[in-house]
Amino acid sequence: MSTIRILGLFDDFDAAAHSIREVRDGHFPALKMDDVTIKSPIEHPDVEELLGDRPAPIRKYTFAGSILGGVLGFLFLASSQGNFFAQHKGGKPIIPLPPDLVLTYELLILGGVYITVLGFLICAGLPARMRSDLYNIKISEDQIGVMVKSDAHTVAEIKKIFERHHALSIAEEVIE
Amino acid sequence: MPDFTKGEEKDIRDTIAWAQINGDVLRSLSKPRFAFWALFTFALCLFSIGVACEVYQWRRGLGVANFDNPHVWGLYISTFIFWIGMSHSGTLLSAILHIIHADWRKPIYRFAEAMTTFSLMTAGLFVLIHLGRLWKFYYSLPYPSERMLWPNFQSPLLWDAIAIFTYLTSSILFLYVGAIPDFAICRDNATGWRKHFYSMLSLGWMGTDRQWRSFRVTYLTIACFLIPLAVSVHSIVASDFAMSQQPGWHVTSFPPYFVAGALYSGCAAIITLFIVLRYTFRFEEYMTMPILDKVGRLTFAIAMVWTYLNFVEYASVWYGDDMYAKDLLIQKATGPYSPFWWGMNFCGSVVPLLLLSKSVRGSPTAMMIVSLLLNLGMWLERWMIVAPTFSHGYYPWSMDHDQWPGFVQWGIVLGSFGWFGLLFMLFCKLVPSVSMYEVKEMVYHRTLAQRHAREA
Repeated sequence: MSTIRILGLFDDFDAAAHSIREVRDGHFPALKMDDVTIKSPIEHPDVEELLGDRPAPIRKYTFAGSILGGVLGFLFLASSQGNFFAQHKGGKPIIPLPPDLVLTYELLILGGVYITVLGFLICAGLPARMRSDLYNIKISEDQIGVMVKSDAHTVAEIKKIFERHHALSIAEEVIE
Repeated sequence: MPDFTKGEEKDIRDTIAWAQINGDVLRSLSKPRFAFWALFTFALCLFSIGVACEVYQWRRGLGVANFDNPHVWGLYISTFIFWIGMSHSGTLLSAILHIIHADWRKPIYRFAEAMTTFSLMTAGLFVLIHLGRLWKFYYSLPYPSERMLWPNFQSPLLWDAIAIFTYLTSSILFLYVGAIPDFAICRDNATGWRKHFYSMLSLGWMGTDRQWRSFRVTYLTIACFLIPLAVSVHSIVASDFAMSQQPGWHVTSFPPYFVAGALYSGCAAIITLFIVLRYTFRFEEYMTMPILDKVGRLTFAIAMVWTYLNFVEYASVWYGDDMYAKDLLIQKATGPYSPFWWGMNFCGSVVPLLLLSKSVRGSPTAMMIVSLLLNLGMWLERWMIVAPTFSHGYYPWSMDHDQWPGFVQWGIVLGSFGWFGLLFMLFCKLVPSVSMYEVKEMVYHRTLAQRHAREA
């Protein structure tokens, strides 16, 4: 059976939320809630309540990036200083810890920020090819989109739900 | 008529339609007032003067800037500190106020973030310019060198390089990530080369719940990184001075003093550019007087912190046991630099008292004048940190060695304002200087709160 994606556009968050609740409570056997997506000009305030907990593990990237930034940064500094064997240090340590800690702190932040942004791109699925997805430019303006992917029968039922909640427009596409 | 100073007028009209927000902001990218082009041309002229002076200095050496021994930093390092300080505006509005949920920052944080990035880009130029021989900059990079030039990791100057690089790249990423949803709005409404440009920058953003959730966490996380980073950057710049043994610089309170000064000058610059953008791009609906009032109050609070730290510094020198530092303080107040030193104290500590007046905070013209005076005071502060110490050192040959900066130094300082202005103007023409999605959030949440209040 073919898989179809349907996008309903709504005037406000309330209408979109009501339609999602009805879809969720409809208990369609072929529908997984992971296949329901909200597209909106701002973040939906009740998104967790509607779609369930969808964690974005960006902080794990942040943690890994900070540790990597700090450790690699210190190793970079220490190995640079260790190579300056010809430098006369006047009895001072070749690898001085207090200034290296200041620099390690900066590089910890550097690593944390860079890898956080990398984590954001991975978790948000960016960069994305727009041609492969249903989209309407009104979503970036003032309308709320609810997109559902399922089989033809379920999509037909969901379309009726969208119509009952006065969807402003409904678009469909066959994806496989 | 509502009195916004008593909170009777709203930060933003909550009946404003989302489509109108898009329309108003997108219009600013294509149809600014004539003043935009006038300011752009003015900035270009200043920048050209700076370039001409730099080329002249490049060909003839640092002597044409009137540098000598011990005056080796002059206006270049003073202005470097000034621009680093200016960069704290974005961190304050975007990161600190974001974390404490001050939503009035939303219409104005984008240009403050841009100020951060461009200020750092301007400050970085002075590190190169003050070397004189730009083309030998790579000598200072940390690699084993047959020239026997070893980077000194114990020197705050090297810490500066790494801290500023971290701050600059992190600020660019923060600015960029925060603008992705707005780039998507631009993409959806643009044609021609702008369509391609914004399509590239928006990375295919479609506003899905997954994207928004990732975006929210990322933005908050980078904001949390930026706050300690900004503090460390200016503390390290303060360490350039405080870790030396020079009179007037070897002061324990320098790092917090520099950080307070940075936030202060950043706030003052926000007021200046707030008023410029409000007029130039017809942003009266978003850059409202109640928001300007709040920025004015914030600036006053920070000005008083700076004033306190300034007096702490004077007191610790006056009652301390360092006769050279005390002598320098007396020389600052009575010597050839005294007009500038008193000017700094007047502009930095007395002028902000005007912000106590409701009528001053309610007048864009008065606020513009006050903000320019505050910035003048903060620039003088940096000059008064650098120059008097060089002119009144420990050794007899460096005592009373006053020096007036040459025209090349002044030209390059003016050029830096032109360079900053050019970058900022180009930014405002290409990137929405008001965050559209954040203003929508602001309007939505306020409407929602009103609805809940009515239902309760």
